[in-house]
Amino acid sequence: MNNLTDNNWILSLGTFLPLLGALAIMFGTSKDDERTPKIIGILTAGLTLAVGIATLVLFDYDQAQNLQFFVDAEWIEVISSGYTIGLDGISLPLYFLSMAVTFLVMIYSWDNMPEAGNPKAFYSLMLILQTGMAGTFIAQDLILFFVFFEVVLLPMYFMIGVWGGADRKYASLKFFLYTMFGSAFMLVAFLALFFQTGAESFSFAWLYEMGAGIDRDVQIWIFAGMFLGFAVKVPMFPFHTWLPDAHTQAPTQGSVILAAILLKLGTYGFVRIALPMLPQGAQAWAPVIGILAVIGIIYGALGCLAQTDMKRLIAFSSVAHMGFVMLGISTLTTFGINAALFGMVAHGLITGMLFFVAGSIKHRYHTLEIKRLSGMLLQMPKMGWILGFAAMASLGLPGLAGFWGEFPAILSAYSPHPSLNEALFRTLMVIAAVGTVLAAAYLLWLYQRTAFGEPTEEFAGQSDAEHEAAGHDGHGVAHSLSSAANTDEHHDEIHDVQPTEWIAWTPFLIAIVVFGVYPQLMFKVLDPAVTELVKTISAGIPQ
Amino acid sequence: MLAAEEIQEALNLSSGWFLDNLWLVGLIPAIGFALIMGFGKKMPNGGSEFGLASMVASLVVATGAGLQWMNRVDSAEEAGHGGDEAIGLLQTFGRSVPRAAEGAEAAPFIEPVLTTWVWWQNSGLEFGIGSLGDGLAILLLWLVAFISLLVQIFSLDYVRDDRRYTQFFGALTLFSAGMLVMVMAPNMIQLILGWEIMGLCSFMLIGHWWEDHENSKAALKAFFTVRVGDVGLLVGTAIIYFASSDWIAVNLPGKSGFDIDAIQAWALSGDSSASGAAILVAATALFIACIGKSGQFPLHTWLPDAMAGPTPVSSLLHSSTMVVAGVFLVARIYPVFWEGFNIANGGLSFIAMIGAITIVIAALLAFVQDDIKKVLAYSTVSQLGYMMLGLGTGAWLPAVFHIFTHAFFKCCLFLCAGSISHSGSHHSFDMKKDMGGLRKHMPITFWSWIVSTLALTGVIPFAGFWSKDEIIDNVGNNGYTFLFWVGLGGAALTAMYMTRATYLTFFGEARGAAAGGHHDDDHGGHGDEHDLTLEEHELELATVGAPLGSDHADGGAPKSLGAAANAHGGHHDDHGPHESGKLITIPIVILAFFALTAGFANPTPLAGDALGFNLGEGVELIKKYVEPGHEPVALDAVTPGGPGESLTPFVPQFAEEGEGGKDAYASGCGRTTPPDGAVCFFPKVKHAVPELGKILLSLAVVAVGYTFAIGFCLAFYKRRDSRLVGLTERSRLANAGYKFIVNKYYLDYLYENVIVRAVAHPISAAAYWFNQHVLDATVDAVGEGGKRSGQWIYDNVDQKIVDGAVNTSGAVASETGRGLQSTQSGKVNQYGALIFGAAAVGAIVLVIINVG
Repeated sequence: MNNLTDNNWILSLGTFLPLLGALAIMFGTSKDDERTPKIIGILTAGLTLAVGIATLVLFDYDQAQNLQFFVDAEWIEVISSGYTIGLDGISLPLYFLSMAVTFLVMIYSWDNMPEAGNPKAFYSLMLILQTGMAGTFIAQDLILFFVFFEVVLLPMYFMIGVWGGADRKYASLKFFLYTMFGSAFMLVAFLALFFQTGAESFSFAWLYEMGAGIDRDVQIWIFAGMFLGFAVKVPMFPFHTWLPDAHTQAPTQGSVILAAILLKLGTYGFVRIALPMLPQGAQAWAPVIGILAVIGIIYGALGCLAQTDMKRLIAFSSVAHMGFVMLGISTLTTFGINAALFGMVAHGLITGMLFFVAGSIKHRYHTLEIKRLSGMLLQMPKMGWILGFAAMASLGLPGLAGFWGEFPAILSAYSPHPSLNEALFRTLMVIAAVGTVLAAAYLLWLYQRTAFGEPTEEFAGQSDAEHEAAGHDGHGVAHSLSSAANTDEHHDEIHDVQPTEWIAWTPFLIAIVVFGVYPQLMFKVLDPAVTELVKTISAGIPQ
Repeated sequence: MLAAEEIQEALNLSSGWFLDNLWLVGLIPAIGFALIMGFGKKMPNGGSEFGLASMVASLVVATGAGLQWMNRVDSAEEAGHGGDEAIGLLQTFGRSVPRAAEGAEAAPFIEPVLTTWVWWQNSGLEFGIGSLGDGLAILLLWLVAFISLLVQIFSLDYVRDDRRYTQFFGALTLFSAGMLVMVMAPNMIQLILGWEIMGLCSFMLIGHWWEDHENSKAALKAFFTVRVGDVGLLVGTAIIYFASSDWIAVNLPGKSGFDIDAIQAWALSGDSSASGAAILVAATALFIACIGKSGQFPLHTWLPDAMAGPTPVSSLLHSSTMVVAGVFLVARIYPVFWEGFNIANGGLSFIAMIGAITIVIAALLAFVQDDIKKVLAYSTVSQLGYMMLGLGTGAWLPAVFHIFTHAFFKCCLFLCAGSISHSGSHHSFDMKKDMGGLRKHMPITFWSWIVSTLALTGVIPFAGFWSKDEIIDNVGNNGYTFLFWVGLGGAALTAMYMTRATYLTFFGEARGAAAGGHHDDDHGGHGDEHDLTLEEHELELATVGAPLGSDHADGGAPKSLGAAANAHGGHHDDHGPHESGKLITIPIVILAFFALTAGFANPTPLAGDALGFNLGEGVELIKKYVEPGHEPVALDAVTPGGPGESLTPFVPQFAEEGEGGKDAYASGCGRTTPPDGAVCFFPKVKHAVPELGKILLSLAVVAVGYTFAIGFCLAFYKRRDSRLVGLTERSRLANAGYKFIVNKYYLDYLYENVIVRAVAHPISAAAYWFNQHVLDATVDAVGEGGKRSGQWIYDNVDQKIVDGAVNTSGAVASETGRGLQSTQSGKVNQYGALIFGAAAVGAIVLVIINVG
């Protein structure tokens, strides 16, 4: 691998710019000022996104397998840890996604602050979060990676704990402790790896080279530690129980970021660190990962079918979707890991979108209980269409982004790495394929119950759309029937999609279509880097 | 607009414009869809103009491509005889056309026109999107574009004033785009793309009036059932891709195991990877997808429920086009099934069995339906069974031909049903309640219906005769005697149930809405939402002796907004039955015309003789232009960049066949391994030589079916013959059989009440219980345990033992902090130090364990 060092200021700028913004908000604004923190936050995130776009432009796509914008500076000499950063085809999509999502979430928050208010704290936390996320994707040093990985934890803990729902204390603590539990093991594993490779360097390049030489048994143990750390983050069955609570209690913004980026830190860790540094450990663990992934697919889907709360259902669907991603990773093949990386971005966009919609529904109906919601297509036609679109994307409809993560991942399990058990993975493939039916079941069932049919009596006749329909044509049956029932009760009007929502959502919707119609956009970036990575893995597995 | 000369130029033999730009056929409706969704509501006709325009444009391109394809085949044949045109053709397409061998049986393989762009890549291999133009693809492209256009014209009037008019046309146009994209697919991924888009449109259109729970339920059911089959599509595609990759990498570099031509060549290569379990499992898996999509037993149950959608949808998606996707998939990669199921050697294939079962069980179900659309739906299922039967027994050509003819007459029948409900029966589809005697009021609809019915039942010279009879004949000819009789029996059943439907609709006395009496406030009779429960069915049965014209309250309650919205406001000032308007009747008449004539695209020569006119040589157009040639092709000629760029004079041949007709098929593509350096794309299929005796036999069977059914209808419905009426009441056997059929063989019960309910309720509830009470409880318990042990340690260890040494530990912590070169400060630093220290201890322990 050749490291390219052109324009190597750009990654540091993109990563730490949000931190500057956070400092500016913390020290430059007063607590009573509602607008200034929002403006500073959005501006900073916008600038960061601009740096991200510049990164996209400056990236050399013909050398996507090499680390670009590479920096290797001294940092904590005493433990041989360096400030080593760089970006290749694997990191680029996720790095950029984190910037775009943060920016759009901030725009969404302009009109949709969670109930606890205090935009000053909220916006600065989000910016700190952004630094942590971006840093994780560019780090090329284990300690640096770990620091960024953990930086992400605190802002999210506060976001859930302060701005969350009724049960937020429990959910946030659970999220924090569970992740910390995994992290501790992960750190132990990192250190073990460090000592086993001669205690010379934490840099990825060094560890890629030396890791394969470690004894197979030792690799298995070290992999176990990393597995715990990353599997909790993904989350994989059976370490997923923090997720539904965290998602359900988190404010919309938190849910979107959690789904779009935070979960990917775990899968990214597997791909970037655990697999290439410990090839034999990976080979030994791959069947376990594959089996847990497929259990996650089926189990997550069944969990969805049992839900009565829309947001919790979407949260469980993440368990199923990340199962497809992990199945792709567990094959240790280029085909599977490409699919997994595509799936990570696709899941980020689609599930992020679903959480946005869920948040907006909650904002209007003050509930997400599925049986109280009905006939959304009548009350908010555009919102209903967007929900249907996102549901279709989520169930893996070809032509939308979700398909390109799910389908090749299933395919890849037919032909795993030669060192793995073919029969086992083929069985996993068939079970995973059955999972797609369940995905259709829970998503369309959700859609049928919430969007189709007539509005429930509780909410009938309160929407703009119904008023308009009643005014314009003679078929206002629903209105006339229900408005009588609701005259004594005054509710807020139920509006369709609002301008800030349009601004925040449109890029998501466009990206879902664009990546679905022309997946080569991303595969072209991923494929060379993944091919290189799998070479490293394969070289470390004795035939 | 193209100038006339340019059009001429494009149509010119030496040009391949339409063939090269075949992808436009799929792209245009996709753009049309985008325009409808984007600007449809602002347009004077609600966006339907975009839909119609895109279908016209697609049809033009498809027609042009069809003509050019015919030219290509013709000139390739001439090239085989050494004509000069060969050079021109080769230059035109830049690729070789294999030389045809001399002799009558020689069928050169005409290379399809392939246009692709890179769509995605993985593992360094690039996969394309684009178009594959060959006879099969172009035939169906033209068919789909043509039928779609007629149905859209029909819909202009039929769904006028619908509350979701724009969305309706949007979904209809997107459907056409999906189907066309699938038909032209050069690889499996694009095929899946089109396949799933059609599924989406089917979902949207069945659930078009989603206010009503029944409709959205039918939409979900259709999507799920097909999705169950799609598992097979995923699995089959995966198996083929990986099983074939080694062979393709060696023999067809640049292709992948997704490419349809590569799959065909691989399957017929005789390579060890293309025989044995892998290809059998792949073929089975793919066929399961076809079972779901094409409504074959036992996944056919969604199709009749899909009739909840508006009638144009039933006509386009659920009879003539979308549901043949499964049949198309089998025909498209036929070599996989040919090898997988060993069709060459007369193996009793899975496909043939499923097809035969479907023919009979669906035809029987058609007898007990009161909803005219459900009769037609089961008829569709049954006819799809014929197509599968044909493919499963080696009768590729007749099966594909039946797709073609069936589309016209079945589409026509559905549109007639739509016309009846629109103008004759006040939005009811119930034959017993609201129809009868309509022939006088709706002559155009009536005669079109009759023509299509004759076509469906296979009466000479209507379209269905030529295709269905050919299937049955070839099934027998290929050695499947039992299935031959099943096919004939199915033909008799078809004649019978169609007679019953025709009688109830157009003859006898007018009842309900057809008699002019209309349900004042009762739109419950709206057939689009009509779904009798079991009890009601039994009631029907018991009261069948009562005067059929009696008033049916049918629940009485006004149906929801959906039904009200579909009542087409101003259309019903004159409530009596009358003929529909021109926008409705013209498409029907055009389709009826094709139902009469489409068979002459591929008439069996002898049958023509029997009719008394000599059709001459080369009348079997479909055979000539659509069935791929079965000669092997030199590998060089099909490898991009290989010597095939110039003319390859040498085409490897199979060894000369022995004398005697019976062994003429002993060797050839798909029967023996192709010679070295050559590949096959299509197996050598047999064609039955028509015999007058067999033709008369099948016509006689149909005639018996008609006679019996007419006699029954007159006796049962008209004279109310006491021996027949109430038979199911008196005979336990008849009652049991009737109940079994009315309940659709209890399959729906099994799926909905047993499987779906189990997964949706107990199983998912159990999984969730496990999640909350086992997994999560463990987590909570660990947390609680941690908290308690912390408390205990604090109380017993910390306060009592460590407290004294607190100053020492503080000093240690600050040392560690300095060791980390405190670039960070404050709490993060301490927190990091603590974790770091703890982890280091753990790591050392781990290392000691491992090293020691």
